Amino acid sequence: MKISPLDRVLLLITGILAAYQVAVGIDGFDTVPIIAYTIAFGVLLVAGLLLIILGFDVLDSPVVVIVSTIIPLSLSLGLVWQHTSFGTSYLIFTIIGFAAVTLTRSIHTPGKIPTIVLAFVHGIAGMTIFLLPIITSMQEKAHPFFSLVGIGGALIGVGGLLLSFLKTGRPILSRETILKVLPSLLLLMTICFVAGFKYG
Amino acid sequence: MSILAEKFRLYLPLTKPLQTGLLLATGLAGYMSARCPVFNIGTLLGAAGSLLLAIAGSTVLNMWWDRDIDAKMGRTKQRATSSKLVNENEVLRLGLILSVFGVGWAIAIDAFYGLIVFAGLFFDVVVYSIWLKRRTAWSIVWGGVSGAMPILAGRTLGLGYVDWIGLTLALGILFWIPTHTLTFSMKFAKDYAAACVPTFPSSYGLGVTRVTIAISSILAAVSMLIASIGIGMDWGFLRLLGVLSAGLLMLAVAITFKPSERVNFGLFKYASVYMLAAMILVVIEAI
Repeated sequence: MKISPLDRVLLLITGILAAYQVAVGIDGFDTVPIIAYTIAFGVLLVAGLLLIILGFDVLDSPVVVIVSTIIPLSLSLGLVWQHTSFGTSYLIFTIIGFAAVTLTRSIHTPGKIPTIVLAFVHGIAGMTIFLLPIITSMQEKAHPFFSLVGIGGALIGVGGLLLSFLKTGRPILSRETILKVLPSLLLLMTICFVAGFKYG
Repeated sequence: MSILAEKFRLYLPLTKPLQTGLLLATGLAGYMSARCPVFNIGTLLGAAGSLLLAIAGSTVLNMWWDRDIDAKMGRTKQRATSSKLVNENEVLRLGLILSVFGVGWAIAIDAFYGLIVFAGLFFDVVVYSIWLKRRTAWSIVWGGVSGAMPILAGRTLGLGYVDWIGLTLALGILFWIPTHTLTFSMKFAKDYAAACVPTFPSSYGLGVTRVTIAISSILAAVSMLIASIGIGMDWGFLRLLGVLSAGLLMLAVAITFKPSERVNFGLFKYASVYMLAAMILVVIEAI
């Protein structure tokens, strides 16, 4: 499916917001969250630029599964490090999780192990991004607007699920529909993240 | 009036507006990086005008000189110079007028600045196009040197002297240009072969060309990062430049180990976006 001018504009705005978040939006945080958020929004920025340049066909690359794991893992790492006391344990999970996804996708792995590993790692990271900001807001440890990050987490989860099922050959929605909503979904998700971090 | 409009329509593409615009952006970013102060409107407009004329002039002169080989290449045979839609003497006159006015204006602003602008034009037209382009694949180095002159000229105008940051910014452009031009020469290898223009792919093979692209991308990214640190760029902007540089390196690695037409095209386009973004960051930082 050909990428439309509107899709390019939406992806460009997504990229600009992600660039803003890397350059300005995470100033003042600790070192680990800064590194984690820089990786997450950096991957989002570069992925957006590549989608604009190469079109949706770039999503057919097997590397996409590995790269798309980086965003939720690093985002959730930043959140856990900032708002809980088990940051180091989660950092270890992040490293092992990413290595497991990369290995099971790079070398021949029998049966459903690659899918199980992917679902487990994405599931933990996705639920963390979705729940942690909302819980933190409800406990009044952060401004209510911080829960927008959780909504962004839900949107990234939806996007990840749609793309993952598409890749496994059992799509929830048709490829055309997914690609039609993907730029809007990415933009909405990024707006939620940027606004959540800024006002939360 | 319609004759003028028609002339404008034919001649504007001869200045390669996108390429000229990108080089102009590097020149202005170089000037602003000196924080001299940034909003000296007279000097800023003078720098923009003189660089625009000099870059456009050298591009038109290149088009005029290369009209015979352009006619042999599918990608360029539609150009007004090679398809004889314009009078070649008129093209030469236009190129000379733009160049003389551009360099003259630059010298009038500052003699040293004007000298660097002239050096860029000289390297581009005489050394790269007329002397080396049809003889050796290494001509792109001199094309790169000429492409690096606007940013060096801009910074020198702002400072009044050449400093290591200006030279490093120029190195960043010099190393970025092979990333851009070599991916291009791979894509249009048959065209260049038909016109008997030696290129890296035809002289050294695709493998060497890809490794060269990867190395030059790494050197471009490192140079831009070092220069940005030297400018005193804000930590947040450095992070962003690091992210964009990582994207460039990722594509350079991909083209080396998993080459494909798509990655080639992606790197070609991304390299332009990278340089434009780097220049925007330098400008925002200065403002």
